[in-house]
Amino acid sequence: MHLILFLVFAGLCLAGAINLLLQSHPINSALSLIVVMTSLAVLYLLLGAEFLAAAQVIVYAGAIMVLFTFVVMLLNAGREERTLGSRVARSIGFPAVVAILAVIATVILHTHGLGVARLGDGITSTEELSAVLFTKLLLPFEVTSVLILIAILGAVALARHGSGEQTERTGEE
Amino acid sequence: MLQFILWSVLKVAVVTVVMLLGIAYTVLLERKLVGRIQNRWGPTRVGPFGLLQPLVDGAKSFLKEDIIPTGVYRPLYLLAPILALGCTLILIGVVPFGEPFSVFGSPNLFQISDVNVGLLVILGVTSIGVYGIALAGWSSNNKYSLLGALRSSAQLVSYELALGLSLVGVVLRAGTLNLRLIVEQQGTRGFLSWNIFGGMQFVAFFIYLMAAFAETNRSPFDLPEAESELTGGYHTEYSSMKFAMFFMAEYGNMINVGCVATLLFLGGWTNPFGNSFGTSHNILVRALLPLFWFVIKVFSFLFLYVWVRGTLPRFRYDQLMNFGWRWLMPLAILNIVATSLWLAYR
Repeated sequence: MHLILFLVFAGLCLAGAINLLLQSHPINSALSLIVVMTSLAVLYLLLGAEFLAAAQVIVYAGAIMVLFTFVVMLLNAGREERTLGSRVARSIGFPAVVAILAVIATVILHTHGLGVARLGDGITSTEELSAVLFTKLLLPFEVTSVLILIAILGAVALARHGSGEQTERTGEE
Repeated sequence: MLQFILWSVLKVAVVTVVMLLGIAYTVLLERKLVGRIQNRWGPTRVGPFGLLQPLVDGAKSFLKEDIIPTGVYRPLYLLAPILALGCTLILIGVVPFGEPFSVFGSPNLFQISDVNVGLLVILGVTSIGVYGIALAGWSSNNKYSLLGALRSSAQLVSYELALGLSLVGVVLRAGTLNLRLIVEQQGTRGFLSWNIFGGMQFVAFFIYLMAAFAETNRSPFDLPEAESELTGGYHTEYSSMKFAMFFMAEYGNMINVGCVATLLFLGGWTNPFGNSFGTSHNILVRALLPLFWFVIKVFSFLFLYVWVRGTLPRFRYDQLMNFGWRWLMPLAILNIVATSLWLAYR
């Protein structure tokens, strides 16, 4: 049962990823990415990481991808155009991807001490996850959140810099 | 295994039918109540007190001509209403309607699936529901639709933050994300142990209420469908059953939001009087009384929705955004801090 679900959703995930590259319209690509995200969430669930699965759907499929589609809709982006550059990118890109994947695969296969993940009914509860997150991994966790805060502040600073006069004017109103 | 699947199919079928009927009669409730608020009768002609009106309306939208405009982007145009209604109907699957109850070795009859992270499932499915509206507006190839969809997705994304944060206080108190357990913890001393009273979560309830109005695109935050500015909003180009699906999704979301408010703040299926009247030994009463309380609570929430719609004017768009980001968000964060401090000192 778990294996069947795994095959179905892993297949869906791969199909979504390939479709993401093949589609020429940005909104179709964005939707394929949503399919990838949600099927990844199901794979997490099959591995027993229920909190991670829910967070994947809420954060990635629900929030980040909404902003993607929002931007595509707002800019009214049209179909992608094929140029000489895209042909060059294709001829160099495919070998490069194969090379990078090969390097990553060899590194992973040669590393010892990686645990084995099993499909099954065993579920890591949210309590266990948060206990680990707030005791053992507290420092990396907090550092990551500071990193995200820096990104937010940077975005605000960049946005304000470009339209300094405009913000002052709206401030007076 | 087979038995479990059969029971689940039965539960899904019953709940879906009840939900669709509930949606149909919520529409009637709204028309009747708004009618009375505006000093007129509302529908009265079909059946006694107009009670058969929803069925006739349903038949009408099935029989109407289904027009697909030429300029639309067909795949997404067809996908959008299915996505919107689908998410609404999926949500109800994690809601516990009554005290766990089983006959003939069945699984719990009053909940389709008891998920450990039920609350997160609700938030997740709600956030997927945004795509129904966004894609409808974009694929319609109509500027009013697009504007409505943009307004709607911006509104949903902003208020989802406040909504999610307002629920954190409840989760902190309960120590679990399982909806059934959250309700069971509120059932000890009648309404005194409900999260809104005993749990001191009334600020959170207020934030949830505001955010819920915005999340369901309801008045006073119904800017995505402001007919004076946008003709119909994101569903301008939809007709017949496809339009009805958006309509049903909106009312279904109202019911869902009412269910979540009931579960998290108003003690779910639990009795407001606690055990002061003793418990009945009749198995039928024991099964149906919690269901009755649950329905009453959801109904009063829907009543409030319609009442507000009949009373308040629409906000302006910048007011909506200011209110969400500058008031509700900080208030929700303050509520989390206050609740954590209180729980730590207690």
